[in-house]
Amino acid sequence: MSPSLAVWKFASCDGCQLTLLDCEDELLTLADQVQIAHFAEASSAMVGGPYDVSLVEGSVTTRHDEQRIREIRDQSGVLVTIGACATAGGVQALRNFADVNEFASVVYARPDYIDTLATSTPASAHVKVDYQIPGCPIDRGQLLDTLAALLIGRKPRLPAKTVCTECKMRGVTCVIVADGIPCLGPVTHAGCGALCPSHHRGCYGCFGPSAAPRIATLIPVLRRDGMSDGDVDRVFATFNVATFDVEKSAQRSKQ
Amino acid sequence: MTPTTRTLSVGTLTRVEGEGALHVTLKDGALDSVELNIYEPPRFFEAFLRGRAYTEPPDLTARICGICPVAYQLSACNAIESACGVELDPELVALRRLLYCGEWIHSHMLHIYLLHAPDFLGYPDAIALARDERDIVERGLRLKKAGNQLMEFVGGRAIHPINVRLGGFYSVPTRNQFAPLAEQLRRALDDAVATVEWVSGFEFPDLELDHEMMALSQNGQYPIENGVIARSAGRVFPVPEFLEHVRESQVPYSTALHATLDGGCYVTGPLARYCLNSSALSPIAAQAAAAASLTAECRNPFRSIIVRAVEVVYAIEEALRIIDGYVRPARPFVEVAPRAGVGHGVSEAPRGLLYHRYEIDSAGLVSAATIIPPTSQNQAAIEADLANMVSDNLALDDAALTDLCERVIRSYDPCISCSAHFLTLTVHRG
Repeated sequence: MSPSLAVWKFASCDGCQLTLLDCEDELLTLADQVQIAHFAEASSAMVGGPYDVSLVEGSVTTRHDEQRIREIRDQSGVLVTIGACATAGGVQALRNFADVNEFASVVYARPDYIDTLATSTPASAHVKVDYQIPGCPIDRGQLLDTLAALLIGRKPRLPAKTVCTECKMRGVTCVIVADGIPCLGPVTHAGCGALCPSHHRGCYGCFGPSAAPRIATLIPVLRRDGMSDGDVDRVFATFNVATFDVEKSAQRSKQ
Repeated sequence: MTPTTRTLSVGTLTRVEGEGALHVTLKDGALDSVELNIYEPPRFFEAFLRGRAYTEPPDLTARICGICPVAYQLSACNAIESACGVELDPELVALRRLLYCGEWIHSHMLHIYLLHAPDFLGYPDAIALARDERDIVERGLRLKKAGNQLMEFVGGRAIHPINVRLGGFYSVPTRNQFAPLAEQLRRALDDAVATVEWVSGFEFPDLELDHEMMALSQNGQYPIENGVIARSAGRVFPVPEFLEHVRESQVPYSTALHATLDGGCYVTGPLARYCLNSSALSPIAAQAAAAASLTAECRNPFRSIIVRAVEVVYAIEEALRIIDGYVRPARPFVEVAPRAGVGHGVSEAPRGLLYHRYEIDSAGLVSAATIIPPTSQNQAAIEADLANMVSDNLALDDAALTDLCERVIRSYDPCISCSAHFLTLTVHRG
């Protein structure tokens, strides 16, 4: 019997589960190897658990979803979070640093109809997570490699090096050194293949912080290259706001 | 006689983007109410956009939808560039339209082959369809890949492209770099024409919309990346008047807001675009539409799958036309300096008209944002269509009626992730 795969959605844009459907050359081969048991966006056929592998997209933002992530954990052999929302809380975690009731009142005439938590949290805040694939969105190659690894029983390759390292390996001219463009590559988790620098743009951190990011060292460089204090605050406060905030706070307390 | 209650229920709508449900109540054999219930949790984009730099909405709002990020990026760019009084070089506008063609191809192919066609052929999904008709599903995946590769080539990435910025792009390709992509698109054109022929052979339930249609109109071109607002029962109006005609209101059972056009329900998306712009189709797309027996208008939502397939033929022809005439822009972007003011921006997302409005303050920060996605504009029309379908098919058993309701919803290609600012399918019968 082929292993079963389930895909689950929490608060998200659907982009990371779409990445699976974007594997146009591999999708039908993959479907020969695994039983896609639950994937609401792609199939009306739903098989009950347990599941060998669950891919979780999106962050936890409602009381119901706090319960649902625990149920999914209980039914899953291996649980893999896919993307910045499931791994770090996503861009919707900006509410964690604001008043969610005020946010709801801005968007909705009747905020009292809205059921939401004050925070947007990653799956790991609620349950044990086996592997986390970073990125907003995730990289197709990393997703396929992780699924292949789990199918043959080896560990997935998700190295916590930086975009800066990937950029050097790719031989892209450094946008900081050559052009003075503010770039988060030195503190951002690898996986995209240094996409932005290869397009003459500074990395904007969509894969979240690398392991032990030297943010305090980078900030003066960002300022030197023209970022205002507000710009520096905002550039870390996007799709991985919560995880960058943890790293920045840890470095402040060391100083 | 005591009223009898009959309840049909589907917890999660499948083969749609995002999380939703539907409640239909019938009392004494007649329809009582239809509620499309979007339980996708809200993410509060319009709230957290306040205080962001005027340069940030294209990348931030892209994250509203992983299926149509380019629509968000370009409606945002159009709005902010308009507020700042900047016009783009024509070569940059052409490159934006090219990128958007890629999104139409990928998104429509996702919907036609993976989400919608299984409804007509009696399969739960495209994977099951592929067990019997592998060549057909492979054709769809090939086409989808062509769209994605176009997006990757121009945008750097298919989901949440990284190369789009206010004023244009971070970097622009040279003419020679287009050669392999152009070859792939020329082969895709044959696959796209075959797709129109394939879907036009499906059986379609009878349903004719009498809703008003709204779509962009773009200087005689089929509308994609910008335009003015055209409608089937009224005069064309400029984008800044959008909120004078379109109003959003909230219902207790949904995290999506309902929109009305001058108080009435209306439709945006492929059917509206086609009805209002079919004369602007390119030669091979027009020929494919005629071969599929489409006339100048198509008002059956189930047949939207044919219109989407025709739009893919158009998008490929249009991409090839743009590549053929491509002249590398003299500069990758036009400088956009901040200016206090209000900007309105629109574009035609694959599933319909997407409106953005931003207020920008003198420090170059966003002070207010309003985003009206296509699915919340279509929600009232979807509910009206569901009511008609249920009333016309009361003799069907619960399973068949529920299935028909889901098919109505799917034919609109609703993007619930976008609209949660949509549906558990339940039919109560009394």
